Amino acid sequence: MAYDLEFEKPLAELEKKIVALQRKGDRLKYDEQVQLQEMERELRQRTEEIYKNLTAWQTVQVARHKDRPYSADYIQLMCDDFFELHGDRCFADDHAIIAGPAILDGNTVMVIGHQKGRDVKEKQLRNLGMPHPEGYRKAYRLMQQAEKFCLPIICLIDTSGASPGLQDEERGQSEAIAANLYLMSRLPVPIIAVVIGEGGSGGALAIGIADRVLMLEYSIYTVASPEAAASILWRDTAFAPQAAEAMRISARDLKAAQLIDELIPEPLGGAHHNYRLAADTLKAALLRHLAELKHLPLDQLLEKRYQKFRAIGKFGRAAELLPTNS
Amino acid sequence: MVKESAVPSTAQPSPSHGMNSNLPGLDNLAVKCLKCKEILYGRDWKKNLKVCVRCGYHFKLTAQERIELLVDPDSFVEMDADVISDDPLHFVSQGQSYETKLAEERKNVGLNEAVIIGHATIENKPLALAIMDFRFIGGSMSSAVGEKITRAIEYGIEHQRPVLIASASGGARMQEGLYSLMQLAKTSAALAKLGEARLPYFSLLTDPTTGGVTASFGMLGDVILAEPGALVCFAGPRVIEGFMHVKLPEGAISAEFALQHGMIDAVVHRRDLRQTLARLLRMYAEKAAI
Repeated sequence: MAYDLEFEKPLAELEKKIVALQRKGDRLKYDEQVQLQEMERELRQRTEEIYKNLTAWQTVQVARHKDRPYSADYIQLMCDDFFELHGDRCFADDHAIIAGPAILDGNTVMVIGHQKGRDVKEKQLRNLGMPHPEGYRKAYRLMQQAEKFCLPIICLIDTSGASPGLQDEERGQSEAIAANLYLMSRLPVPIIAVVIGEGGSGGALAIGIADRVLMLEYSIYTVASPEAAASILWRDTAFAPQAAEAMRISARDLKAAQLIDELIPEPLGGAHHNYRLAADTLKAALLRHLAELKHLPLDQLLEKRYQKFRAIGKFGRAAELLPTNS
Repeated sequence: MVKESAVPSTAQPSPSHGMNSNLPGLDNLAVKCLKCKEILYGRDWKKNLKVCVRCGYHFKLTAQERIELLVDPDSFVEMDADVISDDPLHFVSQGQSYETKLAEERKNVGLNEAVIIGHATIENKPLALAIMDFRFIGGSMSSAVGEKITRAIEYGIEHQRPVLIASASGGARMQEGLYSLMQLAKTSAALAKLGEARLPYFSLLTDPTTGGVTASFGMLGDVILAEPGALVCFAGPRVIEGFMHVKLPEGAISAEFALQHGMIDAVVHRRDLRQTLARLLRMYAEKAAI
């Protein structure tokens, strides 16, 4: 997998040299072999250094990388079987959300995930991963089904936001999202949500109320896209990098603020450099959390879920928060 | 001592019903209708509940005005007026810190946050309420707003009261990042508990109700009412236009649009709101023993 982001230029150059040497294969001289090993070591080291200190905006670029594994990739790599179910039974099937029962380590789970497209045609089919109301209503239907059959739910979050078109207004985007928040907050089965790429606003939260909220290392979770926040607060989308920084959208920052439960490490250079490893790490984390949640009685599970979101917020009494004149 | 300018006193709506306590001196001034441009006399305008006498345009109300409009005189008891937002991200944009912005808003608007909560009666029927005020950073969802709304709902659960939330919001409070988004989860979860307690929730959407507020408690009412002409939507006209590369006609996204598409139950003129709520309270909250 190539390094192709702006800040990865030094890595890309090094990689180019490495590839050139590797092409020689058997014709490689001894000193070239030594050189190759040295360069590979340097690439690893520099990648580690760069990725250890990603800025918020660089993280945004990795989270949105065109080659980043999507929900379907994780499902395929983590699950032994998956049967995709379609449609909200009211209006249509939305391809921006894929969902259905899957076998994870021998047990059935209900998987619901945003799905982006890779090429132009698929991007169009999946509306750039921005669900319509019928996508959220499909998720709603299958969450109710999960309750019926006592299946844990795994939500894979990867959207820049819910679709903001006129048709989405007509079909009740707000209601579709709100209904999911309401349902998920009291649904008596374990729910785990993982932000695998972009966690964009209400469109992400609509499948994000869970007993455990996890984030992949280079994913982002935002109240509004950096571009939208920049246009509102700076009156100019060019300030998106500043907005990204100010809003603290990285998994590391959100873990530090205890707004998420766990950061899941990604392979060197991001999940797109090693799908297999990324999926294995995620699967291990999911199984660990599922095992923990399985032992909780349902009333405790629901009360803990309620308290988890109930406790989020930074506020206080004016007398305590404001500076006083002595 | 707390800085006087930074902390407005508790909202105390006047006992009289109507808008008489606010905007002193406006009686003899003229107001231009924002929609039809008609020149309205201050006194008539206020007497008409800030609705244009010519075209029916509903001007925005402050939270105090809305409370006066809706509840029985002297019945409103405010709760948690001094709950204010912190600055969890130490957010700075364009050289201004969020902390400073909050202090400015408190001073300019005369409220501590974008919502007033409490309990009151409407035609002697008790209820818990949360009334948003668009003037305070566009009625956006801060930690304090989410907390106060949740407390109003929890008050309803604890005291077996119906809950009314009057929304007026542009959506998220960017300066609080993910804390803001999570207030949607928090308030929706509280409403789910209210629902489990089989207590009714009335949602009143006023101009404008958009974004995260619509996509959470705004659309979760057992009965959803809206004022005529109110902007009620998820994305907002400008975002929709940008996304679809089209120009929407004026007022295309409104309470009437939401009603037409089956998203809300009724569009109610401001002068009928109180009566409507009283009727609903009677029907939903005074269920005969079955």
